[in-house]
Amino acid sequence: MSNKILVYIDQYQGTALPASWEALGAGRMLTNLYGGASLVVLVAGERSKEVAGQAFQYGADEALFADHATLADYRAEAYAAVLVKVARELAPLAVLLPTTLRGRELAAMSAIDLDSGILADVTALELQDGKVLATRQIYAGKALSKVVCDALPQIITTRGRAFEKPTVDPARSGAPTQVPAVLAEADIPTKILSHAAADGGVSLGDAAVIVSGGRGVANNPNLSPPTGLDDKQAEIWRAQQGFKMLGDLAGVLGGAVGASRAAVDAGYIPYEHQVGQTGKVVSPNLYIACGISGAIQHQAGMRSSKVIVAINKDPEAPIFKLARFGVVGDLYTLVPALTEALRLRLGK
Amino acid sequence: MKIIVCIKQVPDSAARIVVEGGQISWGDAPAIMNPWDEYAVEAALVQKDAVDADVAVISVGAESAKEALKTALAMGCTEAILISDPALAGADSQALARTLAAAIQKLGPAELVFFGRQAIDTDLGVTAAQTARVLGWPALTLVSKVDSLDSSTITVERSTEEGRQVLESKLPAVVSVGKDIGEPRYPSFMGIRKAAKAVIPTWSLADLGIETPKSHIRWPAVMSPPVRDITTEMITGNSPQEIAGKLADKILAEKVL
Repeated sequence: MSNKILVYIDQYQGTALPASWEALGAGRMLTNLYGGASLVVLVAGERSKEVAGQAFQYGADEALFADHATLADYRAEAYAAVLVKVARELAPLAVLLPTTLRGRELAAMSAIDLDSGILADVTALELQDGKVLATRQIYAGKALSKVVCDALPQIITTRGRAFEKPTVDPARSGAPTQVPAVLAEADIPTKILSHAAADGGVSLGDAAVIVSGGRGVANNPNLSPPTGLDDKQAEIWRAQQGFKMLGDLAGVLGGAVGASRAAVDAGYIPYEHQVGQTGKVVSPNLYIACGISGAIQHQAGMRSSKVIVAINKDPEAPIFKLARFGVVGDLYTLVPALTEALRLRLGK
Repeated sequence: MKIIVCIKQVPDSAARIVVEGGQISWGDAPAIMNPWDEYAVEAALVQKDAVDADVAVISVGAESAKEALKTALAMGCTEAILISDPALAGADSQALARTLAAAIQKLGPAELVFFGRQAIDTDLGVTAAQTARVLGWPALTLVSKVDSLDSSTITVERSTEEGRQVLESKLPAVVSVGKDIGEPRYPSFMGIRKAAKAVIPTWSLADLGIETPKSHIRWPAVMSPPVRDITTEMITGNSPQEIAGKLADKILAEKVL
């Protein structure tokens, strides 16, 4: 076993996902806990060399990249084969990955190949008897569990926003080392036929501010839908105006728009925006819940937010129990007023 | 065609989870089929109708998990098997994947295995990819739509961090599905009657012909989340503008922006 920590950097078209640098920060924490182990990163895919180069500025001691025609698009089997080969050669104490969709999947696959266990989606790391003792949420944060992996390498995926991104040191640099692809095209069972990019905006997992809406956003009595819509279409139209209003507030704060399950199930907003036990579990600095009563499943998804603000017309709504600040009232007048007040104060 | 769905029984998502003396309990909340797995059953049944397939549903768990299997039968699955063995107590995701893979192989040549995206109790989201890896099959995770399926190929749309990807894969394959695959159907009246009468076989590890798979993960402690010491401050005022102004000042004073 070497004295190394390997960090997988998840990237897309030459840009690392923010959670990747946080995983690198967690990796540096581990090298310190292990008394000066060295920190190696691996990046795969098109333009991975650029990202590997940046990794030195974030604190990597060594950076490997795999850029090959078979790795141009992310395919789980092809990428997992590279990660497993590198992990076998380096024999690190731990492999860290961000808990992104790709990171989670690569951790899962390499754990089987390397016959080890996964400390998945962890929020804190410490060292006990030479092993990583990690903390993770279970039951969508209704409970916490300490977890230990008894095999090596310990495979760890870090939750987004749970670890500090390292400070960039522009003076640091290094030469990334290329590693080859492992699978030939004929041995890769899948083919990418096409891509469609999402509508952009800030993703919920990375957002420092989230403005969320519930079913209540579709009830603005002062709006009259365009003629020719049936009842359901009119309801959706009203809801979309409501979410646009939340989007304006999120925009001023550089945040993302979230939603309750009820709003998603009613067809008001796509599922990608759902916060809660069967949606995303988030922990932004500021969470503004508008017209959300706060069912236990929703609370599970947002209770670890730093500051929670609740706006609801029902003074008995359970969401107020979690909130630092609460306003009982009409969100259709309050939200635009809050957007304006913050715009003025933030000089935007 | 043969399709297999893997499901898990979990405490109801509305359950109040209590940690006492290092143990988790959920009071008298019912145990249900993992909500994400209902989408996996739905995805399998859509294909059953489209390509004339048999759909077997399997679960690793205690005897009580037969209730979740019966729900899947009532929805329209053709057969159900429980995998239960005292040696699996405390099994980690890797041991679970090896057990599921052995059961899938014992069920005979299948073209597709469906999973939900994650279980709402452990929140791991790795079992589909791990089972695929043990089987040596491709893993198509977070699939939102099956575009086409024939005896050797499947084309799916899957969610990525950046949007959607259309992917073609050889069969057999493991597919995990998200919520946008389509609302799970309700069990039919006939289905419920059939499920009530169904005898669900239980397979042990010996029946699967495997030794107890090794687990590498331990859970030395479970805890309640730290109590949030929150004093809720209600903001009032004579106009929305006044309230908004006060609230904006309070938010800025928290220094979180």
